[in-house]
Amino acid sequence: MRTRPAARAAQYVAVVCYLIFLGFPLLWLISSSLKSPQEFASITPSFLPKNVDFSNYTDALEEQGLVRGLMNSLQISVASTILVLVVSLPVSYALARFRSRLRPITNGWILVSQVFPVILIVIPLFMILRPLHLTNTIPGVVIVYMVWSMPFALWMLQGYVAAVPRELEEAASVDGASRLRTIVSIVMPLLRPGLIATAMFTFISAWNEFFFALVLLQDPELKTLPLVLARFVGAEGQVQFGPLAAASVLATVPSLVFFAFLQRRLTSGLLSGAVKG
Amino acid sequence: MTTQVAAAPERAAGKPPNRGRPKQNREAIILFLPALLPVLLLSVYPLVRGIALGFTDARAGLNVDTNFIGFGNFGKLLQNDLFWDSFRIGIIWTLSVTILQFVAALGLALLLNTDIKFRGVARTLALIPWAMPPVVVAIMWRLLLHPTNGPVNEILQNLNLTSQPINFLGDFSTALPAVIVVGIWVGMPMTTVTLLAGLQGIDRSLYEAAAVDGASAWSQFWNITLPQLRTVIVAITSLDMIWNFNSFGLVYVLTAGGPGGKTMLPMLFAYNEAFRYGNFGMAAAMGDVMVVIIIVFLAFYLRNRLRSQA
Repeated sequence: MRTRPAARAAQYVAVVCYLIFLGFPLLWLISSSLKSPQEFASITPSFLPKNVDFSNYTDALEEQGLVRGLMNSLQISVASTILVLVVSLPVSYALARFRSRLRPITNGWILVSQVFPVILIVIPLFMILRPLHLTNTIPGVVIVYMVWSMPFALWMLQGYVAAVPRELEEAASVDGASRLRTIVSIVMPLLRPGLIATAMFTFISAWNEFFFALVLLQDPELKTLPLVLARFVGAEGQVQFGPLAAASVLATVPSLVFFAFLQRRLTSGLLSGAVKG
Repeated sequence: MTTQVAAAPERAAGKPPNRGRPKQNREAIILFLPALLPVLLLSVYPLVRGIALGFTDARAGLNVDTNFIGFGNFGKLLQNDLFWDSFRIGIIWTLSVTILQFVAALGLALLLNTDIKFRGVARTLALIPWAMPPVVVAIMWRLLLHPTNGPVNEILQNLNLTSQPINFLGDFSTALPAVIVVGIWVGMPMTTVTLLAGLQGIDRSLYEAAAVDGASAWSQFWNITLPQLRTVIVAITSLDMIWNFNSFGLVYVLTAGGPGGKTMLPMLFAYNEAFRYGNFGMAAAMGDVMVVIIIVFLAFYLRNRLRSQA
C-alpha cells in the first residue's frame, strides 16, 4: 500500500507531537536537575540549562535520608524479587503443565487481586502484621511486595513455561530424571529469558511502589526512596527544586535501564500469559 | 469471590478429570505449597477480612473493641456529601482518563504500525512514562505546571494564550483537568503497547482484499481494524478502568486531593479516613462500595461489549 506524500507528512507531524508530549516532561526534569539555583530564580525559564551544574546531584546525595532511602529501596526490591521468583516458578510450572483444579482457583485469585482496591487489603494487612511485629520493618514490606507482585509474575511466567516444549521433559523423564531434576536442569535454563524479564518487572514494581510503603513504614530510617521524595514535596515553604529534580532523576535511572532491556519483550510477555494461560 | 464461583462447578462434578492422575495432583500441590501460606495469609485472608471490616466499627489503635454493626457504615456514607463528591470525582477521573488515554494510544499505535522511519526509536521513547515511579511523575509534573517556574505557563504566555500564569494544580477549576492530563500521560504507554500488539496480530490479507475492493483507509479502519481489535480493546480498557479507579500515589503527591477536595479520588478519601482519622471500619466500607461499583460497571461494560461482538 502506498501512502501519499501529504498523508506521510501528516504522520510524521503526529508522531513528533506524540513524542514531545511523552518525552518533553522527562527532558525538562533532567534539564532542571542540571540548573544552578540562580537559574531557577530567573523569571523566564529556559529549556536548556545555561551552565551545566552538577551541584544539585551532590546536594541531593548529601541530603540526609536520600541515600538511606535508596539503600532501603534497593534492599526491599532485590529481596522481594528473589522471593517472588523462588515462589512463583514452581507455581507457574504447575499452572502451565497440570490440569489441576488449582488452576482456575489461581487464575481467579489473579483476577480478583487486580480488581480490589488496595485500601481493602492494606487495613487487614496492617492488623495482621502488627501483632507479628512486622509493621514498620523491612521484612514486613518485603513479604507484602512478594505477595502483591505474584499475580503479575505468575501471569508472565506461566506463558513462558507453556512455551517450553513438553517433549524435552518427557525425554528427560524417560531417562529416569525426577520431576524436580527435570525442572532444574531442563526447564529452568530454557526459561532464563522469561525469568530475567519477570525479575526486572518485579524489581521495577517494588522500586516504584508507594502505597504499601506509605502505610507500613513510619520510621524515617526505613523509608523507601518514593517516600523520601514525596516528603520533600510535602515539606511546605522552601522547596529546593534543583536537588528535588536531581533526586527524581536518580530514582528513575534503575527503572529506565531495566525498561530499555525489557522493551522488546514487553508485548510478547504480556500477551503470552493471556493466550496460553 | 470469583474464585469460589469458578471453583464450585468442578467440585460439584466430582473427581473425574483428575482421577487417573493422583500423582500429578500431589505434585501440583507440592509445587504450590511454598506460595500457599503467604498468599493465604497476606492476600486471601486480608481480602475477606477487609470486606468484612466494612460491617464493623473497627478503629486504629491496639486495644480497641470492634463490634459488628451491620450496614451502619453504609448508612452514614449515604448521608456523607464529601463521600459522594469524592465518588463523582473518581468517576469523572476514571472515565476521562480511560477514554482519552485510549483514543490517544490508538492514534499512536496506528502510527507506530505504519512503515514510517524511526518508529523503533519512537516506540522506545513512548515507553518512558511507564518506567517512571509514580512519585517521580508527580514531582516532574509539579515542576512542569509550576505557576512561576514551569515551562507550560511560559509557553502559554509566549503564545498569548493567557496573560496571567495559571496555577494549574492549585486552582479550583483547573486542578482536576490538569491531574487528568497527567493520568493520561502515565497510562498511555501500556495501552499503546497492547493495542500495537493487537494491530500487529491482524491478518494483512484482510487489508489487501479490502484495497482490491477499493475500500478507503477510513473504511478499512472502521470495518477491519476496529472489529479485529475488539477483544484487545475490551481487555485493555477494562484494566485501565480498574487501575485508574483504584489509583492513589500519583494524585496523592500531585495535589493530595486539593484544592478544596477538587481532586479527592475515592482512594485518597478512604486513605485519609483510615490512616488520618483512624476509622478503619468506615474506610473498609468505602472500599466495599468501590468494589461493588467496579464489578457492576465491568459487568455492564463487558456484557454490552461482548454482546455487540456476537
